[in-house]
Amino acid sequence: MTDLLEPSSLSADSHGHSDADHNSASPHDGAHHEHHGATGILNWLTSTDHKVIGMSYTITSVAMLVIGGAFAMVIRAQLVAPNNHLVNFSQYNELFTMHGSVMIYLFAGPFAFGALANFIVPIQIGAPDMAFPRLNALSYWLYLTGSITMLLGFFTAGGAANFGWVAYAPLSDIINSPGAGADLWIGALLLTGFSAIFTGVNLTATIFYLRAPGMTLFRMPIFTWNLLVTGILILLAFPVLTAGLIMLFCDRHFQTHIYTQHLGGVPVLWQHIFWFWGHPEVYILALPFFGMVTEIIPVFSKKPVFGYKGMVFATLTIAALSLGVWAHHMFTTGVVLLPFFSIMSLLIAVPTGIKIFNWIGTMWRGQIWFSTAMLMSIGFVVTFLIGGLTGIYLASPPLDFFAHDTYFVVAHFHSVVMALVLGGMAGLYYWAPKMTGYLLNERIGKFQFWLLFIGTQLLTFPQYVLGLQGMPRRIAQYILDPGWQTLNIWSSVGGFMIGFSTLLFVVNLWVSWKKYPAGDNPWDAHTLEWYTTSPPPHHNFYRLPQIRSERPTWDANHPDSKALVHGHNEDGAGH
Amino acid sequence: MRVEARILLLLGAFFGAMCVVYWFWGHEDAGSIMMLGGTLLGFLPGTYYYYWSRRMTPRPEDRSDATLEEGAGVIATFPGSSIFPFLLGMGAFLSVLSMVFGVWLAIPGVGLILWALLGATAESRRGGVH
Repeated sequence: MTDLLEPSSLSADSHGHSDADHNSASPHDGAHHEHHGATGILNWLTSTDHKVIGMSYTITSVAMLVIGGAFAMVIRAQLVAPNNHLVNFSQYNELFTMHGSVMIYLFAGPFAFGALANFIVPIQIGAPDMAFPRLNALSYWLYLTGSITMLLGFFTAGGAANFGWVAYAPLSDIINSPGAGADLWIGALLLTGFSAIFTGVNLTATIFYLRAPGMTLFRMPIFTWNLLVTGILILLAFPVLTAGLIMLFCDRHFQTHIYTQHLGGVPVLWQHIFWFWGHPEVYILALPFFGMVTEIIPVFSKKPVFGYKGMVFATLTIAALSLGVWAHHMFTTGVVLLPFFSIMSLLIAVPTGIKIFNWIGTMWRGQIWFSTAMLMSIGFVVTFLIGGLTGIYLASPPLDFFAHDTYFVVAHFHSVVMALVLGGMAGLYYWAPKMTGYLLNERIGKFQFWLLFIGTQLLTFPQYVLGLQGMPRRIAQYILDPGWQTLNIWSSVGGFMIGFSTLLFVVNLWVSWKKYPAGDNPWDAHTLEWYTTSPPPHHNFYRLPQIRSERPTWDANHPDSKALVHGHNEDGAGH
Repeated sequence: MRVEARILLLLGAFFGAMCVVYWFWGHEDAGSIMMLGGTLLGFLPGTYYYYWSRRMTPRPEDRSDATLEEGAGVIATFPGSSIFPFLLGMGAFLSVLSMVFGVWLAIPGVGLILWALLGATAESRRGGVH
């Protein structure tokens, strides 16, 4: 296998040597080599350790969440009153464009497949690092510089990009969007796009080639499964966006007329290309968060995950269908095959429903521990269900014609993405002890959960009603209507609650800093990352347990296996 | 390796079937070509893995009864640390900024990229920093 990997300095030994007791394999020689690298900022600049890179991704993406959230606060403040003048029309366009762009391109995606995945996936499969560590480091630098590039737009004369996060042609051409902010936006997505592609390559190669002996694909934790499928989806989708962006740049500066209305160009081609990336991107964002809660719910229910194989096949089915649904974003263009895209979109509800059923099945008759991570996970399931059900409405062309470009759509995808934020927070509370060696404060965490959960519903529910009443999205001012104002105020209160909950998370990091030592496995969790130290050593393991199920750490810690069994009482008797 | 191959081949086959249905039903070029690309992305690595999976004994990570001892020995070599990913990233950053702020920025940008590529290659041959 050596030839598949980057040849360089440090040889990592494999997963333990012969040992009389197979349950405690011998020390991991690779980890025995103490790592005498650079320290301080030079260590950060030169590290190829997936844990350092994962931590860098985590900090950067949470910073982007705060920045994107700040834009949202201004947007919600503007919409508190009709004909408000907190910001002007141009500033408002920049704000909603950059809010969407920062949240989708710079927070949700990189947090999902760059931050926790980078840190956790190699450890979950018993690998010493990602398959291509230097490529992994390059992914992070491209992501960081891409983020800076996009935000630089605010410091240019024309301001940041203002054509919406979807950059529809011809609005994004050089005549309608002449500023440098638009070009910086395109450049940023080129950088972050390559970053994502390299991460997709790395995840797939790592999972295919670096699993520990006995860690067959169908013993991998669901989080790792979901990241494998996410990696494949990244490789399917992101190159299309990158190619589309290069063509957009050529249209803007080299008069290629690919998306223009004259000289043979086709503006709607941009929508095809953008959404061919954009809808798989929804699953690229969602699947890692599905994986996070699928790790958390069994641990805090003291049960194995219900329907392991069903979960895997549901994930693969979502990936398969995701490539055939892109034009449900384009129903109102009048030039797409409505029945095909409607059927394919409705079909995705089936595997997603299986997942929700399995999450509930895992909790059913479990000994539920309502930790912050578990509360966030339950909040995720409820909120994602609301987002998913309203998505079924929008997959139906007649209903979509009615609700398209209204606040109903805004509410639908905010239910979805706020569910992902809940899932991401669950992941942070669950894995922070492994990443840092210290637990986060549970009391603050639970307060944060209730603010975030209630705030999310308060944000979106009025928006569903506003959308059905006809309020269009992306408007800086609305008509003087008492009904609309009341609903917008409620929605803004929800938005501010979410903003406050994010600040509370930052406060929690500060309050809990090196305060509550976690130990190796504070949750009595199941998977391999909880077998090693917190934080794990260089190359991750001193020793590994024998892998005989999808729960190797549980097997090692509970040789008599006192797990609750599905459909049985606590004492194991059937009923 | 066989399961990995099957996953990719099944995804490729599904994308291919979807592509055929879409083309004959909708006669739309862009989407059909993109779905054809997805089909190839399933089949190219999928057939490669399938070819090798039939010619190799299952690896320890493919067998549910494998012991840790079977995976003993050096499995891979990993770079301890390297400055070149950072330099390559900075080179790409300057090159992208040159599209907006002036072509002159591409000179240090491309220079950094070349330096990083040569440096990373030499580092691979030499062994890098522990």
